[in-house]
Amino acid sequence: MSDFKPIEPLPPLQPLPPLASGQSQGQSQSQSGNGSQSQSQSQTKSLPEPFTRYDLDPAFYDEMLDAQAVAPRSAYETLFSRLQNMPASELNAFQTAANASFLNQGITFTVYGKEGGTERIFPYDLLPRIITSKEWDVISRGLEQRVRALNAFLKDIYGEARILTDRAIPRELIYTCKHYRRELRGLKPPRDVWVSLCGTDLIRTPDGTWTVLEDNLRVPSGVSYMLTSRSVMKQVLPSLFQDYAVRPIDHYAQVLLSTLRALAPAHRPDPTIVVLTPGVYNSAYFEHTFLARQMGVQLVEGRDLLVHDNVVYMRTTAGLERVDVIYRRVDDDFIDPLSFRPDSSLGVPGLLNAYRAGNVGLANSLGTGVADDKAVYAYVPQIIRYYLGEDAILPNVETFLCADPPQLDHVLKNLDKLVVKAVGEAGGYGMLIGPHSTQEQRDDFAEKLKADPRNYIAQPTISLSRGPCFIDNQVEPRCIDLRPFVLFGDRVNIVPGGLTRVAFKKGSLVVNSSQGGGSKDTWVLYE
Amino acid sequence: MLSRVADSLYWMSRQLERAEHSARLVDVYLNSMLDQGPQTGALHQQLLLSSLGMKPKEERENSYDLARKLTFDLENANSIVSCISTSRENANQIREQISTEMYEQLNRLYLKVRAPGVIDEWNAQPSEFFTDVKEGVHLFTGVTLDTFSHGEQFLFIRVGKNLERAGAMLLLLRAHAKSLVTTDEGDSATAGNYLEWVGLLRSCSCFEAYCREYTADLRANRIVEFLLLDEEMPRSVRFCIDNIQRDLNAIAAVTGRTRDSALARAAGKLRAQVDYASVDDIMNDDLSEFLTGVRTCCGQIHSSLFSTYVRYNVGATMAV
Repeated sequence: MSDFKPIEPLPPLQPLPPLASGQSQGQSQSQSGNGSQSQSQSQTKSLPEPFTRYDLDPAFYDEMLDAQAVAPRSAYETLFSRLQNMPASELNAFQTAANASFLNQGITFTVYGKEGGTERIFPYDLLPRIITSKEWDVISRGLEQRVRALNAFLKDIYGEARILTDRAIPRELIYTCKHYRRELRGLKPPRDVWVSLCGTDLIRTPDGTWTVLEDNLRVPSGVSYMLTSRSVMKQVLPSLFQDYAVRPIDHYAQVLLSTLRALAPAHRPDPTIVVLTPGVYNSAYFEHTFLARQMGVQLVEGRDLLVHDNVVYMRTTAGLERVDVIYRRVDDDFIDPLSFRPDSSLGVPGLLNAYRAGNVGLANSLGTGVADDKAVYAYVPQIIRYYLGEDAILPNVETFLCADPPQLDHVLKNLDKLVVKAVGEAGGYGMLIGPHSTQEQRDDFAEKLKADPRNYIAQPTISLSRGPCFIDNQVEPRCIDLRPFVLFGDRVNIVPGGLTRVAFKKGSLVVNSSQGGGSKDTWVLYE
Repeated sequence: MLSRVADSLYWMSRQLERAEHSARLVDVYLNSMLDQGPQTGALHQQLLLSSLGMKPKEERENSYDLARKLTFDLENANSIVSCISTSRENANQIREQISTEMYEQLNRLYLKVRAPGVIDEWNAQPSEFFTDVKEGVHLFTGVTLDTFSHGEQFLFIRVGKNLERAGAMLLLLRAHAKSLVTTDEGDSATAGNYLEWVGLLRSCSCFEAYCREYTADLRANRIVEFLLLDEEMPRSVRFCIDNIQRDLNAIAAVTGRTRDSALARAAGKLRAQVDYASVDDIMNDDLSEFLTGVRTCCGQIHSSLFSTYVRYNVGATMAV
């Protein structure tokens, strides 16, 4: 463990990050080009097959190699030596077997073209991402702290709104958030749990610090990839798996089920639980069927459910059956046409009232999007301090709020170095990546920022950490992030693992599956 | 089981049965056109259309044009390709509920009939195409039988199939009723109606089975008895109705419904009607009317099935 850099508890947080440091971080991206050239050339010689193309770039934290020593970190030592003794043909055979396994299990997404849709598998990398127990300890404590604070926050802003009265965060920030649901004021969900499922995206900064990139508190997806990646890994590389003491994640579905059970109305001792999907045309439909099957519960669509006297029922051939808990994978906007978008046919009319009456549990609750608004994100460290009286264990990425005139000014001056994001969007929409933009795009964005500053935030261009990936018969580093899945029913539960997403394109920082991203198995070790 | 799932299973199965039946009918029709004069040609066309429940046209159409339309026309919801597409659409909705083998077989059939050059192939060898459709459906039936649990879901699949089959057989018999009743009892087929009757038996792949039962001596009352009242032939109306009644009882038992519901009564009555009928009575009375009556009952069973299990009135079933 000598090469492991323990993560210090963060220094006390300022209300907002100082502007100056943003510039220095923003430049790290542009400097990396030169650095990597000279570095990689000196190091390729010292690395054995199949690592000859493995370049070490100081602008990125390398998960496998210690940049100073040019030697594997202790957790990766076994993998490093095993790979040297494995011919490329063997690894290729494993990769083929893994791909076939995904295809046969139907773990595909559909790419639409002229002649209907073609099914592609989600790209999968053979080599595991390894997290030591010490690192995991920090991550899991940090995530638990975060989800507890965000829950307290949601309870507060839909209740007394103390945090606004105390001016710990600006009132207008909440009331201008488009995911804030006025309809939910005064609502009391079971056990006061608003967010029972949370997928927080973590990255590692060049010094190795685990940092929160964003929270997903609405309908986070990807957990089926975490579970299937593991089962495929065990299937194709059992010997490597045995060399490590990897903590299991297979009990996720069971933990999810007990989390959902905890959300049932108090007088329903043996609750009926369902997964609510928007239907077969949703891109995450595979995951919905997967989770329903794993938990052994019904997969329903909005049209299967109805509300009568504020009780939710599903239509079965044996008559109406009462539903007690809904794991909903339908967005707020579409879930109840009587309360939200009236043109939605995916929802259940009257669901909000049934929920308000306490006759059904929802995971997640409604209106949780206000807490993963990208402008509210900037305040999460304050939120943690306000409700828990602690400093955040996992830091945020430095964020500039365009709603604040001095910060907007800074952003406008540095558009070419910053990443600008729309606050309510997810999945890479409505973004400007400064270093990769044209002057025209920047001018266009500057206009948008000035017209609607509340809708935008900016962050320095972030370098993700890089992990070893098997590419063209060689092992090369690629950028990765991590999405662990937090469950919160009667208590917080984090299955040791997560979805590690990989940017397969060389030099790319984008891990989204729509942009050539893929996944790899994530191993959390016992030690 | 969710009502929506029952709905999709039922229609998946029913549409596929319809596609198979139409494929056989159109195939037999094209075949029979080969040895027809212009006079009987018009008759056969009318027989085909009324067997499919369509209005016979005044003017005779080119038989290949007509057959092509009945096969491929997507505007017609009952064309063979439309039926297969609808069936697959239903399977898509419940893909995780049926076995992988079932879905893949249905998908293969769908892809085959929607392949780019399929109309050219049909023009060259229409019979090959119909064989593919029939085999595809048979494979699906077999795969379902062998890879899918024979529980409530399976029962809905089988009820759909048998209701469709009974209805189609009744239509087919009614279309031929005129020639069947104008012949004197005991008379063998004449040269005039021999080909029509062979066509009728072939349309439900019963010609060989008939010969085994009664020899190749075609007689009207035997044909009616075989296609309508035979206890063992899977395409006879009675066989279908017996199965429907049995399966509906099983569904009622699984879902905890009482057996004296409107649906159970309708199915039981219908079964009694065909189980205890005699072909002589039917032939002496009015065959067409009998067939129409049975067909109406089948329609009622369909509606009653849906109002009991799928689109039931919420107020009436609140207490569960």
